[in-house]
Amino acid sequence: MRLQEIIDILDAEVLSGAALVDGLEVNAAFGSDMMSDVLAYVTDQGLLLTGLVNPQVVRTAEMMDISVIVFVRGKKPDVSVIELADAKNIVLLSTEQRMYPACGELYKAGLKAV
Amino acid sequence: MSSIKLRYDVDGSDFISCGKASEDVKRTLKSIGMPSDVIRKVSIAMYEGEVNMVIHAEGGVAEVEIFEDRIAIDLIDTGKGIADVEKAMQEGYSTATDAIRELGFGAGMGLPNMKKYSDDMQIDSIVGQGTTVHLVFNV
Repeated sequence: MRLQEIIDILDAEVLSGAALVDGLEVNAAFGSDMMSDVLAYVTDQGLLLTGLVNPQVVRTAEMMDISVIVFVRGKKPDVSVIELADAKNIVLLSTEQRMYPACGELYKAGLKAV
Repeated sequence: MSSIKLRYDVDGSDFISCGKASEDVKRTLKSIGMPSDVIRKVSIAMYEGEVNMVIHAEGGVAEVEIFEDRIAIDLIDTGKGIADVEKAMQEGYSTATDAIRELGFGAGMGLPNMKKYSDDMQIDSIVGQGTTVHLVFNV
């Protein structure tokens, strides 16, 4: 699925990596607030939905080769986290949707689990 | 055969910068052309180890040696030690505080993940003196 389509479905704001959006395709997603679970279960590069906004979310994504992070419930990290993501070419998005509907909408549109 | 040796001090008081050593190792492995699946396994396991050192042991030292056919990592801390290693290896078992869980860790997956992603893992721990985790990854 094209990343732009995901942004439209979630009515998401792009916080970092805007220049990367056009070229990105995402094939699978994972939703969790526990980074340990992300590190345990994610096997495919994809998109992470989370309500956590600390720098360790970006570092976890970096280790897992996850290229897109969606912050749910309207959360936004502070500027140091956005800069960290920019430096690592990770796209950060923020949506007002809560975790369950955000996952549900993307699943319904054809974005499968990792 | 020559190897590349790297050594990092992991600052136990700084959760914000936790993961920098793993990032550097990842970058080094990439720069010498290691296969991407090996890089990912090493990065994840070392990152979990780094997080463990910060949340359980007030930091420590990470020693990494990269050979042509394997990567060996020793994570050495002088923290409180692990009383029951077998229990600590169970998925879901954690002694982390709620404050740590709020940061997204302490799900009891750290050591199991490190075992899962490495080819060999040994834990030497003495209560009150510290823990050393030895990890080996085959290339």
